[in-house]
Amino acid sequence: MASAPSSSTRPTASRPGIHLPDTARDLVKILVAGPFGVGKTTLIDSVSEIRPLHTEERLTEASAQVDDLDGVREKTSTTVAIDFGRISLPGGVVLYMFGTPGQERFRALWDDIAYGALGALVLVDSRRLDASFDVLGLVEESGLPYAVALNTFPDAPRHHTPEQLRAALDLEPGTPLVTCDAREAGSCVDALLALVQHLIDRRPPERR
Amino acid sequence: MTGRRGGRRLVPAYLSTNGTARPSRPQLERLSLLTTSGTPVPPGLPAAQLALLDALREGSLTVVEAAALLELPVSAVRVLAGDLLDQDLVLARAPVPVAERFDPDLLKRVADGLRALKQH
Ligand SMILES: Nc1nc2c(ncn2[C@@H]2O[C@H](COP(=O)(O)OP(=O)(O)OP(=O)(O)O)[C@@H](O)[C@H]2O)c(=O)[nH]1
Ligand SMILES: [Mg+2]
Repeated sequence: MASAPSSSTRPTASRPGIHLPDTARDLVKILVAGPFGVGKTTLIDSVSEIRPLHTEERLTEASAQVDDLDGVREKTSTTVAIDFGRISLPGGVVLYMFGTPGQERFRALWDDIAYGALGALVLVDSRRLDASFDVLGLVEESGLPYAVALNTFPDAPRHHTPEQLRAALDLEPGTPLVTCDAREAGSCVDALLALVQHLIDRRPPERR
Repeated sequence: MTGRRGGRRLVPAYLSTNGTARPSRPQLERLSLLTTSGTPVPPGLPAAQLALLDALREGSLTVVEAAALLELPVSAVRVLAGDLLDQDLVLARAPVPVAERFDPDLLKRVADGLRALKQH
C-alpha cells in the first residue's frame, strides 16, 4: 500500500450514523477474540464505519454460581461490556465484528455471540503469548474456524520466528498466522482477509 | 434450569410484560434487522417499546445496535422487539442463516469487499 494505511479505510471526517443503509442485505459476523488489553477494541475501532458500540452483557448462570460462593450475588450483577463495530461492504454484505474476551467464565456468553459467526480472528499479544491460551481453547472447542493475528507491541521480543510462534501457540499447520498493528486499518483489513481467505480455502465444512 | 434463580429477574422489572409468556416465534438474533412497519402506533404503548420504536424511526437497526443505543441488555431488546413484532409494529429480518454462512459466493463477496476497501 502506497499511502498511510490508517487513512485508507476509515472515514476520517465523520462516520455515518448508526442506522443501516438500505443497501444492507447479508448480515454476517466474526469474533475478534483475545485476552484483556490485547487490542480488540483498537482493531474494531480502526476498521469500523461506526464508532464502536457496546452492550452490557450479564454473565452466566455458571458464573453466578461462582459469585454465590463469594456471597455477593444479590449485591452485584456481574456484567461485561462487549463492543462491536461493522463494515458495510460493496455488494450488500455487512460484516460485524464482536470483541469477545476469551476466558472460561465467559463461555455461555461466548456461545451466544459465536452463534452463526463466520469465524474468529484471535488476537495474540506479542509480549505474552500465554494469555491467549484460554481463548484459543474456547475457539477450538466451539468449532469456529479461526486465524491468529499477532498484535505487535513496541516492547515485544523480536526473536520469535513464525515457526517458534506456531509451536508456542500449538497451531495446526493450516491455521493462518499473521502479524498486525491494531491501530492501522490496512493492517487490520489484511488480518480479516487472512481469516476470510482461510474460510474459502479450507475443506467444505460438514453440515451440522 | 428455570431461567430465574433466587428471584432475580432476567429483564429489568419495568420491561416485564405482566409475567406473560414469551413470544412463540423463534428467538431474535443479535443481528436480526429491525425496521418499523409503518403501522400507526396505538396509544398506551409501554415506554420501553416506544423508545425502541423511536430508535427505529430514522432507519433500521440490528437487535444488538438497538441494545447499545438504548443502553439495554440484548435480552431485554429481544423481548421488546418480540412484543412489537407481535403487534405488527416492527418487521424483523434474520441475518445470514447458520447453514448458509460458508456459502462460497457469500465468502467471496466478503473477501472482495474487504479488498475493495483497501483500494480506496
Ligand atoms: N503499540 C500498540 N499498542 C496497541 C496496539 N493495539 C492496542 N494497543 C494499545 O493497547 C491498549 C489496549 O488496547 P484495547 O484495544 O483497549 O484492548 P482490548 O483487547 O479491547 O482490551 P479489553 O477490552 O480490556 O479486553 C490500548 O492502550 C491500545 O492503545 C498495537 O497494535 N500496537
Ligand atoms: Mg476492549
